[in-house]
Amino acid sequence: MGFLDIKEATKSYGAVEVLHGVDVSVQEGEFLVLVGPSGCGKSTLLNMIAGLEEITTGEIAIKGQRMNGVHPSKRNIAMVFQSYALYPNMTVAKNITFGLEMHGTPKADREKAMNDVAELLQITPLLDRKPGALSGGQRQRVAMGRALVRNPDVFLFDEPLSNLDAKLRVDMRTEIKKLHQKLGTTIVYVTHDQIEAMTLSTRIAVMNGGYVQQLGTPQEIYDTPSNIFVATFMGSPAMNVVPAKVADENGRPVAHVSLHDGSVTSLPFSQANMMDWVGKDILLGIRPETITDEDGADRKSGNIAQMTNQIVVTEPAGSDTFVTMTMGGKDVIARMRSDADVRPGAEFTFAVNMEKAVAFDPRTEARIAP
Amino acid sequence: MSVASQDNAMRTGRAARVFIYVFLLVFALFYLLPFFIMLVNSVKPLGEITGGNMIALPKVWTIEPWLSAWSTAQIGVEPTGLRPYFWNSIRMVVPAVIICTIIGALNGYILTKWRFRGDTLVFGLMLFSCFIPFQIVLIPMARILGILDISGTTSGLVLVHVVYGIGFSTLYFRNYYAAFPTELVRAAQIDGAGFFQIFYRILLPSSGPIAVVCVIWLFTNIWNDFLFGASFASGGAAPMTVALNNLVNSSTGVREYNVHFAGAIMAALPTLLVYIVAGRYFVRGLMAGSVKG
Repeated sequence: MGFLDIKEATKSYGAVEVLHGVDVSVQEGEFLVLVGPSGCGKSTLLNMIAGLEEITTGEIAIKGQRMNGVHPSKRNIAMVFQSYALYPNMTVAKNITFGLEMHGTPKADREKAMNDVAELLQITPLLDRKPGALSGGQRQRVAMGRALVRNPDVFLFDEPLSNLDAKLRVDMRTEIKKLHQKLGTTIVYVTHDQIEAMTLSTRIAVMNGGYVQQLGTPQEIYDTPSNIFVATFMGSPAMNVVPAKVADENGRPVAHVSLHDGSVTSLPFSQANMMDWVGKDILLGIRPETITDEDGADRKSGNIAQMTNQIVVTEPAGSDTFVTMTMGGKDVIARMRSDADVRPGAEFTFAVNMEKAVAFDPRTEARIAP
Repeated sequence: MSVASQDNAMRTGRAARVFIYVFLLVFALFYLLPFFIMLVNSVKPLGEITGGNMIALPKVWTIEPWLSAWSTAQIGVEPTGLRPYFWNSIRMVVPAVIICTIIGALNGYILTKWRFRGDTLVFGLMLFSCFIPFQIVLIPMARILGILDISGTTSGLVLVHVVYGIGFSTLYFRNYYAAFPTELVRAAQIDGAGFFQIFYRILLPSSGPIAVVCVIWLFTNIWNDFLFGASFASGGAAPMTVALNNLVNSSTGVREYNVHFAGAIMAALPTLLVYIVAGRYFVRGLMAGSVKG
């Protein structure tokens, strides 16, 4: 049993079920990120943990205590909202201590807790200001301060960084991670940004259509996505998924993929279980960073395949150059070193790290290898 | 905003602007003319009015008509002046406005932040009170006041105006709170604030503009109401408007126009005062939410 247990939780609005049997167990000190496209049910699930939405069936428990029907203020949770939800008529100090006041904490203790939190978040100079006089980043800190001061069992974050500009978002991301490492609190964090999910979490739950598609560490999710949705949702640029046919070459399973001119290249699999699929169609998933020039190939990999293909478009991005080509009738993006000699229209020999390749069943879209 | 409007002003020609100002000035004077005549004639001796020019400034200034209208003029059969009726109106308006505003704010809070099945229907039904003509409810209302044994009293009038005012105050507050972020209410819930704590710690402090709009609207309507006053509170409990009517109608020979004018101004002053004090909030409140920032 975990610190926060969600067991077979569902949510329905009338006859429409929007969350289907969610099962997640969070350990103490974990940073769980719920990630998915909008409408996938991640915010609904968070609101159910907070008690702002009823649980239709199933159970949510914190520290072994069943929370169904328990009022939000009695769950010992704190929440940071997307819009920060700071009380506009109160000073920062009042905003931070309001929850303590409502819970009947004596004034002296409130002051002390507030000062500790303000120091931790470096917002002491802002305490007498109203939220209207703060910048986005400062409001974000105050919202976190309001959550921290309660010293709750579980922190809930609802897309807290999505209202910030790009640079501040990256800074605050690091800040949240630091805070988590320092305080070791249990956090459930909702975002639609897969980079936030990867960088912050100790575990990720990828959600779509009201189902948890995959639950695992960032590395598991990235390297062994359980289906095509997870594979293409996580990672930027997205994983390339191309149709391929499995064949047996000298007792070794290979993927036959057509190139721009209709010629077929053989990409040998590292996974022996692909022999079961010989003669069948599959979908082959290749991450952009595993397609490189020959010099840039991963030296530790025991399975680098070469293929020559025509370059369609190059997009230099400073640190890397993205190269688009055609494989299996689809656009495929490769992430090259910025000094690779690539020109649009030219034939180029690519190195594909097939150790990292993932194969999917085209019918169920589930992963079959590795 | 201001930059854009300045820009427009710059592009408008001088002649056009002179025309606009003259036009506006003429209309402003036109609107002020009746008030000017009332004011001028209320400080004239009666002889000057009956003797000729109503528009001329008084030759002899006197506040006698004001004193008379306030405390000695004949209202119906009693020579009491308007004073007791003025206090009647105050005793009617103040509680009615306060009760209406508070109930309206609560209704708006519930209809937007504690939504329940059928809430829009309830709101729609409440809106009826904004549109049903007063005459329709006269007889049922008289019956109810009779049952409650408060017919012919100021309390009865307060009840009538509260019933009619709640529709408008609910409309105002509901629309205002609809734009109030629900996340704030949720944050307060997690912080442990209850139903009323959220209301008066979070929502009410932000409701200044709409409360002013509501108060001005209700004050003006209730103060100026004649129909309910005449129907449900005759005699000693009559409000200012009814008493003014009685003052003008109960002549004991000579018609004292100067006293009538003074009385009419007295009846209009409170609403004028409320508007002057809170008018800028009125415009601001009506615009609230329509423009960001």
